[in-house]
Amino acid sequence: MSTARSRLGSIGGMLMRWEVFLAAVLLADLVFNSLVSPYFLDPLTLSDATFNFTEKALIALPMALLIIGREIDVSVAGTLALSSVTMGLAARHGLGTVPLAALGLGTGLLCGALNGLLVAILRVPSIVATIGTMSLFRGIAYGVLGDRVIKDYPSGFSWLGQGYVVGVVSFELLLFVLCAVLFGMYLHLTIFGRRLYALGSSPEAAAYSGVRVTRYRFWLFAATGVASGMAAVLLTSRLGSTRPSIAQGWELEVISMVILGGVSVTGGRGTIPGVVLAAMLLGFVTFGLGLKNIPGIVMQIIVGMLLIVVVGLPAVGRRFGKTGARSQY
Amino acid sequence: MRSRRDLGLGALTAALFGAAALWFPGFASFAGVRSLADDSAILLLLAIGEALVILTRAIDLSVAANLALSGMSVALINRADPGLSLALLIPLAALLGAALGACNGLAVWLLRVPSIVVTLGTMAMYRGCVYLLSQGTWVTSAQMSAAFQGFVRLRLLGFTLLSWLALSGVLLAWWLLRYTGTGRRFFVAGNNPQAAVYAGVDVGRTQFLAFVLSGAIAGLCGYLWVARYAVAYTDVANGFELQVIAACVIGGISIGGGVGTVSGVVLGCLFPGILKNALPLLGVSPFWQTAVSGLVITIAVIINARDPSAGRRRILENRPA
Amino acid sequence: MTRPVLQLSGIAKAFGGTRALVNGELALYAGSVTALIGENGAGKSTLVKILSGVHRPDSGEIRIDERPVQIRSLPDATRLGISVIHQESVIFEDLTVAENIFVGARPTRHGLIDWRTMRARTRALLAQLETPLDPDLPARSLSIAQRHIVQIARALSHESRVVIMDEPTAALSHHEAEDLLRIVRRLKDEGRAILFISHKFDEIMAIADRYAVFRDGAAVGAGVMADTSVDGLVSLMVGRSMAQDYPQRTAVAGAEILRVSGLTREPEFTAVDLQLRRGEILGVYGLVGAGRSELMQVLFGLHRADRGSVVLAGATVNFASPDEAIRAGVVLVPEDRQHQGAALGLSIGDNIVLPSLAGLARLGFCRGGRSASAAREWSARLQVKCRDVDQPVEQLSGGNQQKVVLAKWLLAKPRILILDEPTKGIDVGSKAAVHQLTSELVQQGLSIIMVSSELPEVMGMADRILVMRRGRVRGLFERGSADAATILRAALDS
Repeated sequence: MSTARSRLGSIGGMLMRWEVFLAAVLLADLVFNSLVSPYFLDPLTLSDATFNFTEKALIALPMALLIIGREIDVSVAGTLALSSVTMGLAARHGLGTVPLAALGLGTGLLCGALNGLLVAILRVPSIVATIGTMSLFRGIAYGVLGDRVIKDYPSGFSWLGQGYVVGVVSFELLLFVLCAVLFGMYLHLTIFGRRLYALGSSPEAAAYSGVRVTRYRFWLFAATGVASGMAAVLLTSRLGSTRPSIAQGWELEVISMVILGGVSVTGGRGTIPGVVLAAMLLGFVTFGLGLKNIPGIVMQIIVGMLLIVVVGLPAVGRRFGKTGARSQY
Repeated sequence: MRSRRDLGLGALTAALFGAAALWFPGFASFAGVRSLADDSAILLLLAIGEALVILTRAIDLSVAANLALSGMSVALINRADPGLSLALLIPLAALLGAALGACNGLAVWLLRVPSIVVTLGTMAMYRGCVYLLSQGTWVTSAQMSAAFQGFVRLRLLGFTLLSWLALSGVLLAWWLLRYTGTGRRFFVAGNNPQAAVYAGVDVGRTQFLAFVLSGAIAGLCGYLWVARYAVAYTDVANGFELQVIAACVIGGISIGGGVGTVSGVVLGCLFPGILKNALPLLGVSPFWQTAVSGLVITIAVIINARDPSAGRRRILENRPA
Repeated sequence: MTRPVLQLSGIAKAFGGTRALVNGELALYAGSVTALIGENGAGKSTLVKILSGVHRPDSGEIRIDERPVQIRSLPDATRLGISVIHQESVIFEDLTVAENIFVGARPTRHGLIDWRTMRARTRALLAQLETPLDPDLPARSLSIAQRHIVQIARALSHESRVVIMDEPTAALSHHEAEDLLRIVRRLKDEGRAILFISHKFDEIMAIADRYAVFRDGAAVGAGVMADTSVDGLVSLMVGRSMAQDYPQRTAVAGAEILRVSGLTREPEFTAVDLQLRRGEILGVYGLVGAGRSELMQVLFGLHRADRGSVVLAGATVNFASPDEAIRAGVVLVPEDRQHQGAALGLSIGDNIVLPSLAGLARLGFCRGGRSASAAREWSARLQVKCRDVDQPVEQLSGGNQQKVVLAKWLLAKPRILILDEPTKGIDVGSKAAVHQLTSELVQQGLSIIMVSSELPEVMGMADRILVMRRGRVRGLFERGSADAATILRAALDS
């Protein structure tokens, strides 16, 4: 797993072994894909491939921060669904593109705030709190929409998820890159990121050192909610429709991205570059498999295996390597 | 040790049942109770298995996928060879489930991968394997032998075999956790993993056992599910694992490990079960039911959050190095 | 000369490249208490782990009743009659008292656990220890002293001949410690061999018949207690003679900097009045449960008081969080070093700069260079023994961990430094260093509140001593104005 401890100093000072490994695997996959599918390296194809992961990766960014902070949020897909349904209903009433997007973000924020309230203030363990809210949000989406589909969105709306900014760079991709840079700076260059690492590593000691733990937890969940809302806007726009089953199973894909990216579930470790690389890796792997008409559900087998192998590798290394001594006596 | 929480939940469940019975006379009738038992049976069995895992301070997200894979496997076998005795098929399902559970257990024990990561991975893998095995086809009731489907519906003293199986499972689990060293070791391992070694308990091995048991139950439930609903397809029980975990949490199984009772799990299944059966009678559309159960779970966890033991523990911590 | 029940010779153990034990020698005799003494890192813990079967020695011999044995696992140790009472209680909070005692050795009938017998035997064992507890009580509700009793009961249930106690009185009140020592004497009279590990010399002198001193992984001296003195033991421990003095200071206290009036937080403390002057050390003495730590937590902003006022340098304050307290210049070194004082998984440097990040940054962005040099400077100033500031704190000894915590707060440039049991669980050498540092800090103008349960420490360090009992202030003594008995009485009187 990632050994990028929160070291003092600039990014360059951090051990990036895991990220290097991910980059190598990504490169290998790109090469493999291009050999197996002739038009893979075509810019338009590559651009198409990014649609595969940008929405999920957007959610993975704050999720990574959450998990570094020793929490988890499995309700992101439910939030996405609820945001999408809210937008759909509002679109039916004639709301324009910008207000729609704002509504989507706002719904996400509210959902995230509810999670924040439960976990940060009421001290419910995050996994059970978000299992509850996941059913709640998804359930409301189903309750409101039933088995219907909403397709009436204003004409400008579709550009968000399908439009291009310059050349083959889509708006989605640009938005993701921007967010990745922002989150990366937040985590690795600011004092807030340093405090987050402390919080995840040792919540009590962080509290005793003046870190406002409750505040951080609340805003992390709120941010995750907003990101889910943003993903809802993009996904709904790209699909051009809303149904309550939208993004089913996405929570686990997002979490897989984060874990593959080197973030430890026990908190206090992980990097944004790692998560970005993992998102790209998963995205291109699944896209490549899709080009070969391999059904999504079979891809899951590979992703699942990858997850376990990846996290288990260091343990195997430790067993057959040196006798890991902790000089504590 | 009957905790006050169990009593409170029990009272609430009884009150709910009473209210439903008053409103809908058919609810408390024999047929109503039998139907309730039948509906809750599989969830109950799975929840007991999951409870064993959570007790050891781990989590099993793969139970539903395990169920689907085991169920599909025996369904396919039954389709190919309808004459094959159930006395072989049913244990086979359980064995298959146990093997799948053992994979989880090994990864947690020997590779020291946090259980949430392992079972996230195996959940995806097992589900994918269902597709591979079935090639995306369905096994319909017409393709299943009469014996295959009929077994679960056999009645004994008015209740189906399915309900009796669930009851046996409950009693077995209660007996295991109360009267055997193995059962007590689940509590020891989950309560204080660092100190467990000083009590002669190998936390990793205990977790492995919990996963095998949970898997075996899931495997058995695989058969029960496809037989009861008389159909097997890739998406069987999709997402069900979260209902299972919710039942455990509502029932007072602490997510930090080491705390919980079988009676709590039973109540944790019955309460949402009664709700789920009562809602359609109230005219609530099936689409709103998910939202209602989500609300119930959320409220239940807020109440359960007044749990002093959840304070210093990491959620789903891996064992100490 | 009786034969030793347990004998170790030439025990060596290395972990990776570190040699924890080089030459472990020990002899325990039935019916006697042997004190195992040594600084942190001397190899005591490793020795205990080897005796309890957690580790296996690389070389050397263990003999029981003069027969060589192998202790390969915990059940082995138990079978051979060895029990350990750990400092960090081996207690399972959600299990009952009875089950905690019989964990690993539950009585059975026809293969099933026999709860009734377990309860009965629990009652018998606890009666032996003069501690009537309900066997069905959840262990969570037990005090630390009671948890130790449960561990001792566990040892008794195994009919252990060798009972090893690792710092058993570390978290106990004076009264509870006396009770425990009485039980130890009783165990000794029953013919068991007790190995008593402690840093507290007064206890050692009171309870031990024999001593064994370790230094740097080797046994450097052993013998009968009557033939030696505290000074003798200390010089064996550190390899040089060390005066157990406290640093001398000319107390020049300035103006009042902190005034607490009528501070109340039910049920922890009531109507507390306290004044702190610039450049002074205010000792806060009392027994466990007196409400001192809780008072300090309120002063630091972790909790809110119900009533009362706190005036800091003339301005009324009401801290809603530690963050506010730190910005006002009030900092706390907590009692629980491992969970609250330092983030063990982070590096020394990350720990040191954590509260001061805002000051070291520009517009929220970390200046890596500035942080690193600040950390290095303070680490060096306090002489933290480490490879470099990137080493994780968990790899340091207790004394050095405490230095990291101190460095952290000193970097934050406080006006008031609150120390809660600053030398608890630290070896003699580091203890002296902390005392020396504390003394220097007040001479430079810092104001210090020092909470301590060690009367000699309070009397030696503090300019004034505030005594608390059961949440109320019972007395305030100027340095030198009262003797130990008077102060102790104030802490004990109801």
